[in-house]
Amino acid sequence: MALDEATVRSIAKLARIRVADDDLPGLANELNNILGWIEQLNEVDTDGVEPLTVVGDAQTPMRQDVVNDGDIRDDVLANAPDAEPEFFTVPKVVE
Amino acid sequence: MSDALTSLTIAQAAAKLAAGETSSVELTDAHIAAMEAHRDLNAFITETPDLARARAAESDARRASGDARGPLDGIPIAMKDLFCTEGVLTTAASHILDGFTPTYESTVSRKLREVGTVMLGKANLDEFAMGSANVTSYYGPVKSPWKAADGKDRVPGGSSGGSATAVAANIAMAATGTDTGGSIRQPAAFCGIVGLKPTYGRCSRWGIVAFASSLDQAGPMTKTVEDAAIMLSAMAGYDPMDSTSADKPVPDFAAALTGDIKGLKVGIPIEYRVEGMPYEIEEAWQKGVEWLKDQGAEIVEVSLPHTKYALPTYYIVAPAEASSNLARYDGVRYGLRVEGGDLTEMYEATRGEGFGAEVRRRVLIGAYVLSAGYYDAYYLKAQKLRTLILRDFTDAFDKVDVLLTPTAPSAAFAIGEKMDDPVAMYLNDVFAVPASLAGLPAISVPGGLSSEGLPLGLHLIGRAFDEETVLRAGQALETAAGFTARPAGF
Repeated sequence: MALDEATVRSIAKLARIRVADDDLPGLANELNNILGWIEQLNEVDTDGVEPLTVVGDAQTPMRQDVVNDGDIRDDVLANAPDAEPEFFTVPKVVE
Repeated sequence: MSDALTSLTIAQAAAKLAAGETSSVELTDAHIAAMEAHRDLNAFITETPDLARARAAESDARRASGDARGPLDGIPIAMKDLFCTEGVLTTAASHILDGFTPTYESTVSRKLREVGTVMLGKANLDEFAMGSANVTSYYGPVKSPWKAADGKDRVPGGSSGGSATAVAANIAMAATGTDTGGSIRQPAAFCGIVGLKPTYGRCSRWGIVAFASSLDQAGPMTKTVEDAAIMLSAMAGYDPMDSTSADKPVPDFAAALTGDIKGLKVGIPIEYRVEGMPYEIEEAWQKGVEWLKDQGAEIVEVSLPHTKYALPTYYIVAPAEASSNLARYDGVRYGLRVEGGDLTEMYEATRGEGFGAEVRRRVLIGAYVLSAGYYDAYYLKAQKLRTLILRDFTDAFDKVDVLLTPTAPSAAFAIGEKMDDPVAMYLNDVFAVPASLAGLPAISVPGGLSSEGLPLGLHLIGRAFDEETVLRAGQALETAAGFTARPAGF
């Protein structure tokens, strides 16, 4: 299932990455090479095999439901490229 | 004098410090001088000499008052620039993290700081740790100190290429690395040093810039196996901040280095004899087999039938997790923002400009394999393959204690090679990736030189949480190999 340029454009849209039109053919080619190589997995019969999502102990540790940090607003905002004193900012989203 | 100091191992330096024959300030100054003398290698993104001198002075003061904190107190190290360091620029070698200065310290770097190590700077890497040659860094490629007869600059491997170069060039006594699919072991092999990827969960991932969360693991990169054991004891341990970190006691790994491997069952996986593998890799591997046999190990052929599917499985799982992890770089909360007409345009412009070509490729692959209609065909399929790969190892470890393989299918190649073929680049990690998918501990130890005079690594894979056997067998290889070669001029 080779990717055409329109599909690459729509994946890039899903991933919120701007790709210049000039880059699309080369990128489609690279992605197709990688996906073509990955297709060899279809040689393996995996019917009835459980998928593995976590190695090791899959049990999520429990802890007390208490606040253990907080009051770090300025730390959280410290690296924002265009923060107001108390807020992250984004371009206007409502008219 | 300073050459004598920069060529020391951690164990040797710790002994000298304890005996009062040198000071941390003296060691640190010698390494800072080496860092400054070898800037052409591009091993560091950020140098922190002032911080290093201050921490060295604190270490010496502690020692003077009888409060030295063990073998790492006062030891100058390089920190891969994937670990968040409080008040020190942290880039992940990406343009998109421009100016990011964490207000907190990663667990591993904090633990290393608490035992007294002195951070010399933040080591260069492949962008977001995605690469096998350290050529995808926004801050430019790292050069290995090793050169072949053709005189061309060699890649140090990747993604922990700056860390590997810093240790191999005697700029840092040791370094931290991270390994998602070979990023500690392959550069260690290329640069002739020791690199250990611990069991998944052994070291906390908290504060490490995330690439593929089910695979990422921090580990030491050092001159010797003993140093790796010393470093790992300090880096490992349960951390409530990482729900996947293992709540298990941390052994004294150096104590496991008994030198005795009599009766150890060493598995040789037949599927690692891949077609087209250079003869000298096969030869180095065979030497490793003989070295272990000579020391009393029992050699057993084993089969890991799904080995050839590990790499393509990895190139679904890792990009899928990366596309999810890297969604956080949105131009709002940290780093680069490129303005656009509206919110979506701002996201697209920021991410379009902020990510390099390899990161973009992997995020797109990840988005695709997770997208509606393709999830089952790719992502679910890969997760099932991962089960089979883990099962191969589980079966093998019913029969043997450790597996011996080459670390990489070749020695280091020249900077610029394999750049136009992503799959050729990915094949560097063909022997490293299976252990990553299974979450197993594995070490690369220098095994000799190629015909071109470049280092080759031998690779040992162990049972989950059995770093001790991996280290013990690694030291047996190290002793037998007697690898003393140095890059010319270093």
